[in-house]
Parts: sequence; structure tokens; C-alpha cells
Amino acid sequence: MADALLQVESLAKRFGGIVATDDVALSIAAGELHAVIGPNGAGKTTLIAQLSGQLAPDAGRIRFAGHDISALPMYRRSHLGLARSFQITSLCLDLSVLDNVALAVQAHAGHSFRFWRNARGETELRQPARSALARVGLSAREHLPASALSHGEHRQLELAMALAGNPRMLLLDEPMAGLGPEESARMVGMLRELKKELTILLVEHDMEAVFALADRITVLVYGRVIASGAPDEIRANAQVRDAYLGEAEAAHG
Amino acid sequence: MSGAFTPRNIVAALLFAALLLLPLYAHFANDRFLLTLFTRIIILAMAAVSLNLILGFGGMMSFGHAAYLGIGGYAVGILAFEGVPSGFVQWPVALAASALFALVIGALSLRTRGVYFIMITLAFAQMAYYIIAGLARYGGDDGLTIQKRSQFFAPINLTDKVQFYYLCLALLLGALYLAWRLVNSRFGLAIQGARSNDTRMRAIGFPTYRYKLVCFVIAGTLCGLAGALLANHTDFVSPAMMYWTRSGDLIIMVVLGGMGSVIGPVFGAVALLVLEETLSGITEYWQIILGPLLLLVVLFARGGIDGLLGKVRHG
Amino acid sequence: MTLFIEQCLNGLQFGLLLFLLAAGLTLVFGIMDLVNLAHGSLYMIGAYFAATFAAWTGSFVLGALLALVATLIVGMAVEVIVMRRLYGRDHLDHVLGTFGLILFFDEAVRLIWGPEGLSLPLPSWLNTAITILPGFDYSAYKFSIIVVSLVVAGFLYVLVMRTRVGMLIRAGASNREMVGALGVNIKLLYTLVFGLGAALAGLAGLMQAPILTVQIGMGENILILAFVITVIGGIGSIRGALVAALLVGFIDTLGRSYLPDFLRMMFSKEVAATAAPALSSMLIYLLMAIVLVVKPEGLFSAAGK
Repeated sequence: MADALLQVESLAKRFGGIVATDDVALSIAAGELHAVIGPNGAGKTTLIAQLSGQLAPDAGRIRFAGHDISALPMYRRSHLGLARSFQITSLCLDLSVLDNVALAVQAHAGHSFRFWRNARGETELRQPARSALARVGLSAREHLPASALSHGEHRQLELAMALAGNPRMLLLDEPMAGLGPEESARMVGMLRELKKELTILLVEHDMEAVFALADRITVLVYGRVIASGAPDEIRANAQVRDAYLGEAEAAHG
Repeated sequence: MSGAFTPRNIVAALLFAALLLLPLYAHFANDRFLLTLFTRIIILAMAAVSLNLILGFGGMMSFGHAAYLGIGGYAVGILAFEGVPSGFVQWPVALAASALFALVIGALSLRTRGVYFIMITLAFAQMAYYIIAGLARYGGDDGLTIQKRSQFFAPINLTDKVQFYYLCLALLLGALYLAWRLVNSRFGLAIQGARSNDTRMRAIGFPTYRYKLVCFVIAGTLCGLAGALLANHTDFVSPAMMYWTRSGDLIIMVVLGGMGSVIGPVFGAVALLVLEETLSGITEYWQIILGPLLLLVVLFARGGIDGLLGKVRHG
Repeated sequence: MTLFIEQCLNGLQFGLLLFLLAAGLTLVFGIMDLVNLAHGSLYMIGAYFAATFAAWTGSFVLGALLALVATLIVGMAVEVIVMRRLYGRDHLDHVLGTFGLILFFDEAVRLIWGPEGLSLPLPSWLNTAITILPGFDYSAYKFSIIVVSLVVAGFLYVLVMRTRVGMLIRAGASNREMVGALGVNIKLLYTLVFGLGAALAGLAGLMQAPILTVQIGMGENILILAFVITVIGGIGSIRGALVAALLVGFIDTLGRSYLPDFLRMMFSKEVAATAAPALSSMLIYLLMAIVLVVKPEGLFSAAGK
């Protein structure tokens, strides 16, 4: 597909004897919200790690906005407009909430070899940071150290940081993990809003959220794509039901 | 700003007032030694402040920082020996040599993390030690005496102990100011972010390796200046200045004083060296007390003096 | 040619000695995630104990055995009293805490044995030369160091690869939490591993005592080499420690012997005389730098983490 914003071809990754990613292909169009689902151990986080540049694939290619980014280091992909959130909260915990987001802004505001001016006083950094915080609803907490936030607020902060760099595409790794029903609903609402301006790759376990948001779904089992298509197709797919949805429904009871 | 009169700032202000007045006191109490001791403390405090840039703020556990004391010192010593007594040549060379060494070592070491980084910086610093100890022309293991201190223009005379003391104090204050500006700048925040969560910083778009390397070089250069001062202070340089256990001393000063602030290391240097003087007056075997004391600080007072002052405020 | 063989054997002997020291260090780091700067102090204590016990009992071998036991006890005591409080903490805490231990041990040794250092003379039956190859004699003692080290290395291999304890050690090196989850008595395992490391360090210390030195600060000098070896070999890997130790042993010994001549071939005598000692010392660090550039995690990195 010539129009695909993110195109993945024959991606593969092994860890010793374990095949984490097995000949994975993906094609995500601009403006799409594409969900990747699968049982635990399916290799979803490994996939995101390879897409964001944290992990180098053994084989395959990744194209983003027309560029071949397969060998590009993590920080360069961020500058191309590919932002990611982490499944396990990964923040600068000893810095304040506002500092965290301001850093995300700073990363995209030219180089940081500026040694003199007080960065905390720079409006061009602080203002976009405050906007991002307002979008996710964390404005009231901006002065607290990030470690003081609740788990749900961490997820919001993760999102704010991903947004602060004005990305074109978001790689979201289980943004709902550990959230209660209210917080999940809020997150779904936020993602629905974001869908209108960004392309999103969403890795999630929460099936309600997935089917509410996704334009297309890819199912990953043991590192292989077993199905990919519109939500209704996926729901009806027998293989998928056996491998995954059956379990998930039983679990949600 | 309610933050101005924190316990830490008050203690710092008192300390600097005391340091300013010290030569007067020493004069009236006829205590030559006090001046010598505190000149040394000020110089080592500068070295500790430089280390804190990479250790406290940058999270880079370098165990080879004393190497720059040696490099800066030997730059002065070697040039003096070869008939170049001018400080205008010696000191820039000291800074440049330190910067270059830091650049090479940093470039290699920063490819690693955690314990590997500690061991590697340690090993490279020892390498520098062995190289210098192997230079027979400059005294090898025995060291090199410096006949004349660094020469500058007329009114500046480093041989005058009081003048030299105030010069060191002025340079320390300058270094503290520069460090403070650095730490709060974009660069400083990038470094602190990288310390806090390097992966995250790279994910949001910072090429952290670059910034860490530059920080490493800045710290090494500043320590090189301290080395040049130290050489002038003792009129002598020897490889022992850069033996790896001296790097340990610097780390102790930083941790004892508190890694979270620019001025913490100054507290640490004063505390450690005054403690050493006091203890060695009591017993010859004072290290047997210092060792366990260090362990206790690590286990129970990890934030150092700075941390204790912080606790005082919050009650 | 005989000189070359002799130097190779010297390199082997030095390398094996370094292996004993590095094996303990890498084990303790790999399993307990503990950076132990005081490892060199245990090396020093082994030497001091050996010199003292040999003098008391009049027998070199008996003295050595007693020293080994004593170092093991000291090691386990240190583990229980100090190390247990450091597990799980930041590496900086380990570095500082064990640095404090170095200060303590150096001073304690000075208090007990004085600042002068000791000597450990060889018994006559070891202080001789033996014929290894026709026409080639080598120091019997150095040869016995090689033999003992190889035996110990073999024992370590059997221990780590073939016993249950060894399996726990290998598992712990790659996944600490898992071992804990298996319900193994972690505390005991850690104490034993640390004790083993201490005994190895003490053995290295006492074996080199007759030919090198027994003095305060000897631990600090050799600790750097142990660190370099650990880095080159890969933290947690005993095999890596062996390979790296042998590499370092050979390069250092052969380098020091042949570098001056080599330099003299290329440069003037004065340049060679000045540069040789400095360059010889540098060789190992150059090796380490090269390994770092090519493979930053070491040659045989054990950890899957």
C-alpha cells in the first residue's frame, strides 16, 4: 500500500531458542487506529520495541512516512514523528510532572547544548508542556514529583509525554494496564479524541476498548500474525476465537 | 521566594563567610597550618563539585576522576620542569589535556552501563597512573618537585599563601556558579533526565550519549583546573595524586555532602577533610574508624549532609 | 627459545592466579549483583594469614591450608555482617560501602601486623627447579601454582556444571528472582558463594606470597586487573573470566618481556627505555578498550538480563 504511514515487512526476532517475532507484516494507513492483540507472550511488546528502535530486528524492514527506519536509532525515530508509550511505567520519576513533559518538548526544540539559560523559565518549553498536560487532565499535578502520582496518573503522564513531541503516530503499549473502570473509560475517551489527529498503533488486552476504538485489528500469537482485518471479521474468525478471544471472554467472565 | 532561606542556603552562606574570613583568623591566631589545610580543602572541593556534575546530576559513576587531578597537575609540573613557568601556558594546557583525556575515555566508557562503567573508568584511570609513573624523566613513582609556581602578571603572586587562598576560593565560587547555571539549563535538564531514565529520554528524542559525553568532558576539564591548583599548592606532583583510591576519596566527598545539589560536595569536602584531620590527631589508625563510618553513612544517611539539612527543614 | 617457553609458562601462571581472583569477583557480581571492592582485601588477608600460620606451624602447606580456612571464615563473616545489608541497593552504595571496608581492612592489618609487610619463605622441597621438558628447567613452585590453579579451575567447573549447587549458581547468574522463587535458601547460598569467592581470593593471595609480596595495599593493586578481566570476560561468566585472565596473563608477561626489545628495533634506545615500562602497563588496558569497542558486554556475557 503506497499510502501506508507505517509499513512493516517480514519482521523477525529471536532470543536464543525463542522466536519472539515471526515474519510479521503490518500496514497502517494515516489516520487509522490499528490494534494489535494476542495472548500473553505473543510478542506484542517486542514488536513495539522493534518499531520504536529499542530493539534491533534480526530480519525485515520498517518503513515510516516513506523512510526506511529499520536501522535508525530510537531518538531519530522520535524526530521523524514516531512516539511511543511504555507498558511498564518508564518515567523520570525524580523529576516533576511538568519537567517530564517539558523534556519531551525540549527534545524536539532544537539541540540541548545550551548551558546558561534556566530551562525551567523558558516559555517555549513550558507552555506546550502545560497544553499537553491539560489535554490528558493532569494540570493540577504539574509540580509534583512524578513518583507521587498514582498508577492511573502515570498512564496519563505517559500519554502527555508522547503527545508533547507533536508526533504523527503513536505506538501505545497497553495504556490501560492496571486502570480501574472509570480511568479506563476516560482513557478510551481520550484516545477517541486523539484518533482524529493522529495515527495510532494500540497494543491492548482490554477487548472492550479495542473493539470500541479500532479501525483494524491484527492478532498475534507466538510472534506470528494469524489474522488481520476489520473488527467484525476478527470477531468472527474461528482461529482467533480459539487462540485468544475465547480465553479473554472466559477471563472477563 | 520562600526557597531562599532554606537550611542548606543558610549553612552555605555561613560556610562561605567563614572561608572568607579564615585568613584573618589564621593571621591573628598565628596558625599557618590552618591556611594550608583550607586551601587544600577548597581545591578538593572544586574537584568534588566537578565530579558531582557527572555523578550526582548525570548518574555516571566514574571511578577514575582523580586522573584529572593528576593530568592537570602534571601539565603544570612538566611544563615547569621543561622551563615553561608561565601560568598562561600551563593552565590552558592542563585544561586541554584533561578535556582530551575525558573525551577519549568518555567516548569509550559511555558505551557501557552500570558496573561495567564503574570498572572501566577505574581501569582507564589506573592506566593513566601507570603511564605517568613510568615516565622516568619526570620522577616516575617518586614524583616531581615544582621549583616555581605558575607565573602570571605582576600583582598576581601565587607564592603568597593568602593571595593563593583567595584565588582558589574565587575559582571555587566561579565553578559553583557555572555548575549551578549548567545544571538548570536545557543541557542540565537533559543530563538529569538521562540519569533518571535513559531509555525514556532516547525514546522522546534525546541522543543521550552525546550529552553525557559533553558533561563528562566538562567535569574532567574542571577537575584538571583543580589539579593545576593542587600542583601549585603542594609544589609537588606525584602519580599518587591519581591512584584509584583518590578517586574513591572524591566519591566519598560527593556522597557525604549530598549529590542532589551543586554545593553538596563542598560540604562533603569540608566535612571529610576536617574529620580526617581531627581523627588523625586522636589516633594513628583513624582509617579504621573512617571505613565503618562510611559504611554507616551509606546505610543510614544516604542523602549526605545535604539530605540531613533537608530533613531539618521538613521536621 | 627456552626463554620464550619460560615466559609463556610465567604468563600461564600469572593468568591462572588472576583467574582465581577474578572468578570470585565475577561470581559474586553475577549472582548477588554485588560490586565488591574489598575482594582485594581478602586476597591480602589470605597472604598475611599464610605467612603467619606458616611461621607458627613451621610448615608451608599447613600454613596455607589454615590460611585458606581462616580467609573463608573472614569472608563469610563479612558477608553476614556487611554484605547482607547491601544487597538490592544501588551499585554506588556497594562501591562506597566496600571502599569503606578496604580502609578498615588496610588499617586493621596495619594494626595487627605492622606497616612493614611480611615474607613467606618457600620450603626447600619447593624452592627448586624441575625438568619439565628435556633440557628445560622451570621453578618447581611456579609449576605447582599452575597445577593447583588448574585443579581448582577443574573443581570449579565440576561444581558449577555438574552439581545442584552449581546449577543454582548458574541459574542465579542469569535470573536471580527465579532462584528465589524456587524456594532455595537464598541467604545460605549467598553466604556460601561469597565464602567461595573469598577462599579463591585468599588462595591466590597466599600462592603468590612467596614469589611476589605480602604487604598492605597489595589488594588494591591487583584488584584493577581483576576488574579488567571481569569486564573483558563478561560479568557472571567463569569461562569468560578464565579466557580473559589467560589473555591478560600472557599479554602482560610477554609484553613486558618482549616489548622493550621490540621497541628498540624500531626506535632509539632512549625512546625505548622511556616508553617501554609505560607501554607495557598500557597493553592490558588497550586490550580492554578493544573489547569494549567490539563487544561492550564482554566476551562471554552470562546474564540474560
